[in-house]
Amino acid sequence: MSTLQSNLLENHTPTGREEAWRFTPLKRLAGLHDGSAKPSDRESLTLNGIASPGVSFTRSAITATSPSDDAVVNRVRNHTSDGAILAIEKNTVVENPIFLNRCCGGVDSAELSRVQIRLAEHAKATVILENTGDTHLAEDLEIVLAPGSDLTFISLQEWGAKTVYAATHNAIIDRDASLKAIHVTVGGDVVRLLPKVEFVGPGASADLQGVYFATEGQFFEHRMHVDHAVPHAKSNVNYKGALAGKDAHTVWIGDVYIRAAAEGTDTYELNRNLLLTDGARADSVPNLEIETGEIVGAGHASTTGRFDDEQLFYLMSRGIQEADARRLVVRGFFNEVISLIGNEEIQERLMTRIDGELERAGK
Amino acid sequence: MSTLEIRGLKVTVDTEQGVKEILKGVDLTIKSGETHAIMGPNGSGKSTLAYSIAGHPKYTITGGTVTLDGADVLEMSVDERAKAGLFLAMQYPVEVPGVSVSNFLRTAATALRGEAPKLREWVGEVKSAMEGLKMDPSFAQRNVNEGFSGGEKKRHEIMQLELLKPKFAILDETDSGLDVDALRIVSEGVVRAKEANNLGVLLITHYTRILRYIQPDFVHVFAAGKVVEQGGPELAEKLEANGYAEYVGA
Repeated sequence: MSTLQSNLLENHTPTGREEAWRFTPLKRLAGLHDGSAKPSDRESLTLNGIASPGVSFTRSAITATSPSDDAVVNRVRNHTSDGAILAIEKNTVVENPIFLNRCCGGVDSAELSRVQIRLAEHAKATVILENTGDTHLAEDLEIVLAPGSDLTFISLQEWGAKTVYAATHNAIIDRDASLKAIHVTVGGDVVRLLPKVEFVGPGASADLQGVYFATEGQFFEHRMHVDHAVPHAKSNVNYKGALAGKDAHTVWIGDVYIRAAAEGTDTYELNRNLLLTDGARADSVPNLEIETGEIVGAGHASTTGRFDDEQLFYLMSRGIQEADARRLVVRGFFNEVISLIGNEEIQERLMTRIDGELERAGK
Repeated sequence: MSTLEIRGLKVTVDTEQGVKEILKGVDLTIKSGETHAIMGPNGSGKSTLAYSIAGHPKYTITGGTVTLDGADVLEMSVDERAKAGLFLAMQYPVEVPGVSVSNFLRTAATALRGEAPKLREWVGEVKSAMEGLKMDPSFAQRNVNEGFSGGEKKRHEIMQLELLKPKFAILDETDSGLDVDALRIVSEGVVRAKEANNLGVLLITHYTRILRYIQPDFVHVFAAGKVVEQGGPELAEKLEANGYAEYVGA
């Protein structure tokens, strides 16, 4: 048994002693992990607008594509067999982004939600999931990519301050299919988000990009698991986080597992954290386990640093006042990932939110 | 007509070996339109003078004054010094990842002018400054100093000098790392800024080469943290012939 497999999420009620749960503040998780949450029947996920030809959004019974050993996912699956399914037919190229929306579920009960996004062979689409408002939400989201399909999946966590969100976004990627995922977390009280990739066909690729910005008291955890079980798949992980304010806490875990069969694997993962004030804590743990030497490349890097005074001096020496200079540097730090979203309106909205968080933290 | 006046300036830095005094009482007066060359060997404190005037937090002022038209520069924050009319062209300009040159320049111009420049006029200003320095238009979309060659960094500094229109510019070894063509192009930019804005220049260099393009009115020899000799352009010729030997180790 590999150490990374033992890092997988144990299938019992977490106590906090498990590797997969050791950073998570269980007391603040609103009972999503131990069954004490009061389940509601709400289904807050909606499709914005009308589905274009070849696209369908329905609620029906869901068959899990991949078993899970995660306590939260299993509670969701035990609670309901129904969920929202966004399906894109074979050879359909959807020009405009498909917007999914979650808003305002409420915090007096918990939503346990199943979602599947399915792209048939050679389909191509961009899906933007916009999460706002306050909710307690456990989410089991599966992305199923048939051979040759191509999905850009953007999940925006612009939650309100009371939200508790525990989610797994598990992508099952078949031959020559490609996933680009961008996860942006800028709101919520507790966010625990597990982007996972299972390669099931050769020639597949996954690019996981993410940013998070935690301010006073917020806990944001992003825990990747990339499973290279087949040959010639490519993965790239790039997460950037900033923290400001007392007890802001972020966790980034990057588990990459290259099995013996996964010859020709090419993988790299990077996490960079920017500590903007004292009193914040960033945990960053890259894990790489390799069972074959016949690979193209495998690497990881993790850095956590403070604000660069030389950058600040340079900008200020051109007349830019300190608060504006800080804002410019933080925007610049996040821009590398945010600009990949490819939607000016969303990018500016996120940057404005980040500006606001930064300003509040500076007071 | 403006005056930048440095009187008895003493500066220390914290090193691993303890506090070290770098500037030991510098006196210098620069008026609008004048060009002063500061020449001296490595380690004499030339760059410390430049950064101290600009307000870099690494340096501690332990004595003396710096005034701009009577206003106390040392009491000002770094951005206030720029707003008062000081500009430092850095020897090693800093990379700012994710911030485009275009965004940076406009933010700086807005801060210095007190309002955002009108877009159409601003685009024209930037275009003309870039053409003058023979920079490709795509330069504006690159991130500040990120992946710039040595020559590109210096052109970018002088482009800012032309756009931001300070009263006084301190050029810290702007000539270092430039080939002959780049040196001429960059120097022409400095001369344009002088002529356009009656700029006062404090030009820090090891070499006399740049002085062929930017004629100094005064030459100051800097050694061991102070000015040890002053003269006209002929002093540079003497340094070219004899080096700094007579000023160091004596």
